[in-house]
Order: sequence, then structure tokens, then C-alpha cells
Amino acid sequence: MTVRVQTGDFDAGAEMAAMRHGNPKIGAIASFVGVVRDLNEGADVAEMTLEHYPGMTEKALEKIVGEARARWDIYDALVVHRVGTLKPTDQIVLVVVASAHRGEAFQACEFLMDYLKTRAPFWKKEKTPEGGRWVDARTADDAAADRWS
Amino acid sequence: MKPNDSRIATIEVLYFARLREIFGREREQVELPGNVQDVASLTAWLRSRGEPWERELAPGKPVRIAVNQDMAAADTPVGNGDEVAFFPPVTGG
Repeated sequence: MTVRVQTGDFDAGAEMAAMRHGNPKIGAIASFVGVVRDLNEGADVAEMTLEHYPGMTEKALEKIVGEARARWDIYDALVVHRVGTLKPTDQIVLVVVASAHRGEAFQACEFLMDYLKTRAPFWKKEKTPEGGRWVDARTADDAAADRWS
Repeated sequence: MKPNDSRIATIEVLYFARLREIFGREREQVELPGNVQDVASLTAWLRSRGEPWERELAPGKPVRIAVNQDMAAADTPVGNGDEVAFFPPVTGG
């Protein structure tokens, strides 16, 4: 079980291969990659900067992974989240979950993303033609997290 | 004499994202008055320092608070040596 916060890019294929090679009992690996879009709330986004709370971020992510382990029978989980300046088409976040069968992996992967979006201390600031603007939290994200409780 | 009378409680207050920009600082060390014992009373005391704290930390504003890097509630205790962070709802992922 690993969480990482980094400025550099990640290689989802390499991460999944490493997870798979570590345990011959794994029968399913589900993954999610979040990507920067060039449009948000009607404005062109040239780039965005991700800020976080060093220390609390890792602690919050580890807690979320711990909750996923308590709910589903999974062998391994990985969360990688980038910070710093990112541009459209760049990868932002990676979640990988390994289990014996697909059901647990799919569900735990979605749970991890839903909880991460509402509980991990990251903030996005977008650069648009009108200047910089902080992204507002979405109520749809709260609703997505609430359905697991 | 009560045991705590001679001790001055000092905490580290951190601000992130929009609040960091508006308050013009990432962190500050503050000495707590004796009546500040939890998140609610700390927030009220910060507001009493005037603008922009009064406006940005007003009741109903979307502000989240963490004490020692765990999400906190209004009645979470705050005391000497604690790290208390104020920030907007999170927008990662």
C-alpha cells in the first residue's frame, strides 16, 4: 500500500506491472488516471497549479487507503497525486488497486477516487484568459463520496 | 495557583490556497488568550482581529479546519504546540 505526492509524471503501466509482479495471487487490477482538461466552467484553461498541505496530504491519503482495505478484500493499492504546474492533457492522479477478482478492484478504485476528491488537502488554481482563479469544490463530488457511507 | 496560569499557549496557524493569498501569509505563530480552548473559540478570536479575518472566517463561509493534520470540528480542542490549518474545501483529483 503506497501513497506518493510528486511534481513529476507517472507511468501507470509500469506501476501496474510492479504491483502484478509482486504477488501471484492477484487476478485483477483496476486503475484510474485523472487528466487536466482545457475547459472548466466555461473558461479556457491554459494551465493549473496544484497546491497541497505537506504532511497532512500523505496522512489523509493513507487513511483513505486504510478505509478501502477495511471495506474490500484487496491485495494492494497505490495512489500517486501530482502537485505544481500542470497543462491540459497532463496526468494529475493515479489510483491502482489489485485484488483476486474484478469486483473488489473496481469498487475500491472508485471509492478511493471519491474519497480523495473530498478529503485529501489539494487545491487547484487555474490560469485562464481572465486571470487566475481557484477552483470551487463541487457538490457532485460530495454526493459521490456520500454514497459509500 | 492553577497549574496552567503561568503557561502561555502558543500555536502555529497555517493557511492554504485562497485563504493564504487573502491573508498574505502561509503561517503565523500566535499566543492564545486563555479563553481559546477549541476550534470554535480560536476562529472567533481570529475574526476579532478585524479584516480580512472577520469576513473570510465568518460563520457560513466554506472554510475547513484541521488540527494537527486531522480534519477538525467546532469542538475539537486546541492547545499549546498545536498546528491548526484553515483552508477552503478541497479540489484535488
